[in-house]
Amino acid sequence: MQELTFETMLAVFEEVFGPGLFWAMVAVAGLITLAYLYVLIRDRAVSWRKFLWAQLSMPVGAVAAVLFVQAMTDSGFGDIGGPIDVIVLLLVATLGAIGMAILVYTLEALIGSRRTRADDAG
Amino acid sequence: MDRRQFLTLAATGGAAAALAGTDGTAQPATVATNARIVIIGAGAAGTALANRLVRRLDGAAITLIDARAQHLYQPGLSLVAAGLKPADYVVSQTAEWLPSGVTLLADRVAAVDPEMRRVDTEGGESVEYDYLVIASGLMLDHDAIEGFSLDMVGENGIGALYAGPEYAARTWTAAARFVDEGGRGLFTRPETEMKCAGAPLKHTFLIDDRLRRAGTRAAAEIVYAAPQGALFGVPIVSERVRMLFSDRNVETRMQRTLKAIEPGRKTAIFDGPDGVEEEPYDYLHLIPPQRAPDFVVQSGLAWENRWVGQGWADVDQYTLRHNRYDTIWAVGDVAGVPKGKTAASVKWQVPVVEDHLVAAVQGGVGSKSYQGYTSCPLITRIGRAMLVEFDYNNDLVPSFPGLIAPLEELWISWLMKEVALKATYNAMLRGRA
Repeated sequence: MQELTFETMLAVFEEVFGPGLFWAMVAVAGLITLAYLYVLIRDRAVSWRKFLWAQLSMPVGAVAAVLFVQAMTDSGFGDIGGPIDVIVLLLVATLGAIGMAILVYTLEALIGSRRTRADDAG
Repeated sequence: MDRRQFLTLAATGGAAAALAGTDGTAQPATVATNARIVIIGAGAAGTALANRLVRRLDGAAITLIDARAQHLYQPGLSLVAAGLKPADYVVSQTAEWLPSGVTLLADRVAAVDPEMRRVDTEGGESVEYDYLVIASGLMLDHDAIEGFSLDMVGENGIGALYAGPEYAARTWTAAARFVDEGGRGLFTRPETEMKCAGAPLKHTFLIDDRLRRAGTRAAAEIVYAAPQGALFGVPIVSERVRMLFSDRNVETRMQRTLKAIEPGRKTAIFDGPDGVEEEPYDYLHLIPPQRAPDFVVQSGLAWENRWVGQGWADVDQYTLRHNRYDTIWAVGDVAGVPKGKTAASVKWQVPVVEDHLVAAVQGGVGSKSYQGYTSCPLITRIGRAMLVEFDYNNDLVPSFPGLIAPLEELWISWLMKEVALKATYNAMLRGRA
């Protein structure tokens, strides 16, 4: 199979993480997404207070994702060698930021903090 | 998307998968047969082919013959020899990659009788076949270097990373001392065909980078000595490597063939254009001449007028079918084709052999053709590589044209070597990529 198909991608990702961990991660990502959709529907609106914290957490997620990838691959910022590398770096950072924002928003909505409970009450 | 996708992009994988999800390939129908198929060798090529044939053929008796219980992920040896991965990174068990329903005969092949269609093993077994695939890999001829033996690896500044995971780890032991102390590093390659012609360069680049990181590069001299006239078989890549070597202050000694070493004097002896030359070293990386296993020559299956003395199987370079015996194919390192002793080549060769073999079982002729595709993530330092892909014509055949420049040192190419390559390799072994 020399075409890049969805099956090939799944096979490669299964091999990267091991089938157990890969599908566990897919499940966790799916659950967080579902929980996010659940709170959006439950609350019938985006809570801008929760979203503020989610937004503030985005740079943390971005930096964490980049450092994670670099640590896993024995590389660093000095290895950026061309435009595609900058794009990859930004993609990794963006994925980390979005993932972190969804996670923080959902956790706040589900578990809540004093501030966001106040938001719900108000 | 009919591009050369040996390396899939982990980083952009999600988007790519979403795009590619719509054009999944249809699974070919299975063929009922009672053909007896023997595959000599359960390495990358033999294992991948077995997994694919099991899915295509219903009822075939498939036997693999391989004495070694361990499967080696050979593309990882360069990383082990630079202290980036432990030795066990490259080791797994052959049996865990093989599909159920095939027979693994743990033995060495003594001879093939292509007229009687029979394989005899050193253990005294005889296996008859209707179709034979030689995927035996190659032999490292360490004895050809006078004064050298494998037990020297790791001590007195001698490295030899090709010899296996343990020797690759010991190579790093020797190289690490050179990195600490500096001195004169001598990096060689053999005059025969060899697996992964990029590996001698990668080791040179990686040890250069290690010296720079350790702050000892100024105390070190790096010399790259090779029997060929060029640094790489593909001219445009060779020119690029020449520029990089100049940038890294690596001296070159071309048309020098390593013949002997004198470990006591830390001296390597070369055949050069003007006769015998001696080169002192503090660290020597040695890659021995490489040849096909003896049974290929002794069974009359080797080229007689090409690669004389090396014994590669006499096959058509496009179909990999034996030029004189139409029930025999050769795939992987043992195949006598101008390029393609890499795992990436195997990934491209195996579907071709599968196609022609399955067609032969049905009494027909296959249609797929191998154009010499070879890929080499040529590491130029820890964290950067050039994703070099080429074919029989020495044309560059980039998998990601316009996205990943083949002759640029890029982080993304390194990421693919570090993260995606082994995963893609494993998927290939299972016949899934």
